[in-house]
Amino acid sequence: MAAKKLNIKDKYRLLTRDLDWDFSYQDRSKAFPFEEFEGIKITDWSKWEDPFRLTMDAYWKYQAEKERKLYAIFDAFAQNNGQLNISDPRYVNALKIFLTGVSPLEYQAFQGFAHTGRQFGGVGARVACQMQSIDELRHVQTQVHAMSHYNKFFDGLQDWSHMHDRVWYLSVPKSFFNDARAAGPFEFMVAIGFSFEYVLTNLLFVPFMSGAAYNGDMATVTFGFSAQSDEARHMTLGLEVIKFLLEQHEDNVPIVQKWIDKWFWRGTRLLTIVAMMMDYMLPNKVMSWKEAWEVYFEEAGGALFKDLARYGIRMPKYADVIEKEKEHISHQAWWTFYTHGHAAGFHTWIPTDEELDWLSEKYPETFDKYYRPRWELAKEMEAKGERFYTKALPQLCTTCQIPMLFTEMDNPTQISYRDSIYKDERYHFCSDGCKDIFDEEPEKFVQSWLPVHQIFQGNCGGPGVEDILRDYYQMNLGADNMDIKGSPDEERWKKWKGVA
Amino acid sequence: MSKVYIALQDNDESRYIVEAIEEDNPEATVIHMPAMTRIEAEGFLAVKRETVEEKMGRDWDVQELHINLITLGGNVDEDDDQLTLTWNS
Amino acid sequence: MTIEIKTATLEPVRNTYANVERRFGDKPATRYQEATYDLQSETNFHYRPLWQPELELNDPRRTAIVMSDWYAFKDPRQFYYGAYVQQRAKMQDVAESNYSFFEKRDLARFLSEDARQQVTRFLVPLRHLEHTANLNNMYGTAYGYGTAITQALLFNGMDRLGMAQYLSRIGLILDGNTGEALAEAKQQWLDADIWQGLRALCEETLVTEDWFEVMVAQNLVIDALVTDLVYRQFDQKLSDAGAQDIGMLTEFMQQWNKDEVRWMDAVMKTAVAESEENKTLLAQWVEKWRGKAAEALAPLAEQMVGPEALAEALAGLDKRVAKAGIK
Repeated sequence: MAAKKLNIKDKYRLLTRDLDWDFSYQDRSKAFPFEEFEGIKITDWSKWEDPFRLTMDAYWKYQAEKERKLYAIFDAFAQNNGQLNISDPRYVNALKIFLTGVSPLEYQAFQGFAHTGRQFGGVGARVACQMQSIDELRHVQTQVHAMSHYNKFFDGLQDWSHMHDRVWYLSVPKSFFNDARAAGPFEFMVAIGFSFEYVLTNLLFVPFMSGAAYNGDMATVTFGFSAQSDEARHMTLGLEVIKFLLEQHEDNVPIVQKWIDKWFWRGTRLLTIVAMMMDYMLPNKVMSWKEAWEVYFEEAGGALFKDLARYGIRMPKYADVIEKEKEHISHQAWWTFYTHGHAAGFHTWIPTDEELDWLSEKYPETFDKYYRPRWELAKEMEAKGERFYTKALPQLCTTCQIPMLFTEMDNPTQISYRDSIYKDERYHFCSDGCKDIFDEEPEKFVQSWLPVHQIFQGNCGGPGVEDILRDYYQMNLGADNMDIKGSPDEERWKKWKGVA
Repeated sequence: MSKVYIALQDNDESRYIVEAIEEDNPEATVIHMPAMTRIEAEGFLAVKRETVEEKMGRDWDVQELHINLITLGGNVDEDDDQLTLTWNS
Repeated sequence: MTIEIKTATLEPVRNTYANVERRFGDKPATRYQEATYDLQSETNFHYRPLWQPELELNDPRRTAIVMSDWYAFKDPRQFYYGAYVQQRAKMQDVAESNYSFFEKRDLARFLSEDARQQVTRFLVPLRHLEHTANLNNMYGTAYGYGTAITQALLFNGMDRLGMAQYLSRIGLILDGNTGEALAEAKQQWLDADIWQGLRALCEETLVTEDWFEVMVAQNLVIDALVTDLVYRQFDQKLSDAGAQDIGMLTEFMQQWNKDEVRWMDAVMKTAVAESEENKTLLAQWVEKWRGKAAEALAPLAEQMVGPEALAEALAGLDKRVAKAGIK
């Protein structure tokens, strides 16, 4: 019998989509119990369009090829002491933030997609989530392996997962993903699958990995681009989820819009740290945060929202504020870390004169007016041997958990404060966006494990900041923290390079 | 009309794919960046199996694109013969 | 003459990550160790899950098994993602050439009508069992504790999807890509008396809440019995009837099974060694699911192979259970 030729769509449908069945012996809703409580209405899972139709055999084959290439580069990097080829030891501090702040999020993504990959009632959606789950596990593991060699030669990478669970600024990324995972499965998909993966990870990976390339870090470039090749599949899943939810029932539209508003705001807050990495931590610059934001958010995101308008979806709330913030947030964040450099698990520094000029050029509207004078002052103080560290612990926003460092966008000298009273307690926020999110779900956000509150309540050891850093965070004081000038990282680098 | 885009790792295999895309999408813009090549076009872009096979001189499965793919933007449709990116507005 | 290659030596500050050093000492670590130990968040969770507010996001209390260190479940295969996909890529390479050889040479035409019917009736419906196993392993991935076991469960879950797809391909080879054999096999799964025990058992595992118990039921009990019945005894029967070529299409599953047994036996030994309480619990679970599975599989085993088949499979399971120290 001559076999009929099957096209990829029919083949995938036959191999995968028909595996499930209607239960006869148990209540099916007990096997998939979390599908209804968020108010999302799914009338027909069979309408799900598979974003990519990779069967497992093809998945193993292609992914194994990617892994072979990737690990060959890791091996070569270690054997040739590739760390010597980076532009400047300051660069490694961006990797420290990456490993302690971002890699654990890949882990949470692995867990979150395992959850949706078990819970969705439709087999097409489940399998797509499962593949993303295993990809995310890949990402955290390849990142740990890519950094493994740096960890042997630089401080601050060594206790990344312990730090992620405890250190004050790392509660920002951690709580972001905890929030998504604690939500129902559909909100998780809109939060991570759509908002984060579709628009925001491009901003994390593409410009930052090009930055790694400009700074001689081949190990990071390779894992970044290799991970990003999976991301292309994830983005397509994120977009499919949105379209599917919107097409299933008109009642889903306002719920999805509310989640988009929430998660774009939360996502842009989270990316503050990437903004700071791009503008201040890459010794050789690729593009400014503002430029990256324009290409990957305004242009790419704008196209996306135009496409979604036919479903009645509009741009995320506060998009206008976000547009103004691109001029400011990297400067405000790096200044905060510079002044709290004794309590950070990476090194900080004053930008060189050349870098200050670059910032002036890239931010003509704001840098000279608001930010350059601070650095000129810091330079003067440093020259006098009075490198400045603030003693106070910062107040944190209850929602995004970032210290109150953002200003009013119409008055960049005025710190932005908002608050809400809930059950006789006052809660503080950095912005209208964060206040709205709290007001929508106060029962959730009153639970926030705010590191500074926890320190004041004595839950992180102490009493002194140094005790907390040393004993609770397990930092190596004098090695992991403080200014890059005079750090062991810098000393070793000079020795390798034969510079006195 | 919004721009769709695709970015590929800058390596030997990608060079053939980029060539094929350029041939099939004369309106597309190719941008070379550190370690990657980005191709963008107004509204629509196609990566066609036949053209890539011709450039590479061997059989090529559309799904092999994933090995060298970095990112893309637009609604994706993938079948045995091509991968297309589209914006509807 | 010897050639001396001069290499620049730089003194490392440390040999591995601090968490790995605390466990294994300050020496170079394996990729498995760095990619596995202590990856999962342990403390200071921000919000309780809306879908299970009585527990934390990561919480060891989702099973009654208690471990002082969940990373005791070291995978004897030392699979992290890269090692896993490369191992499976090798297996799929062999499988792919088997399947294409089978299709190209149209080996299906040498199968008797009876053999074809048996494959459609007994082998292809197992794609639904593999799909259940996929879900049950994802369950442990999502709600289990510690990367050592959750990553292995994920790999297992993806393997099961792969095998569901291979079994589906067998159906497509038999029906010339029309999907008729798959439809017929599904009808068997949904309606035929011999399958209803197993289908009810699958549905029951899918509503069972303790993830470790689900893992024992699926990966130890059901898999041990089904593998022996299908991939050893039924395979032998087909072979004896001249349908040995089907073995080319199930080689992946046979080889895969050795892999799973190695891992599951190590998991069971570790859980038993931890405490008497664990041991008692595991013994109860094995007894409970062994009883259910034996009852569910009895009519299928008899029709598929013969009256002695189930007893043989049960003996194999009992041996493994005893060896793991569960009884």
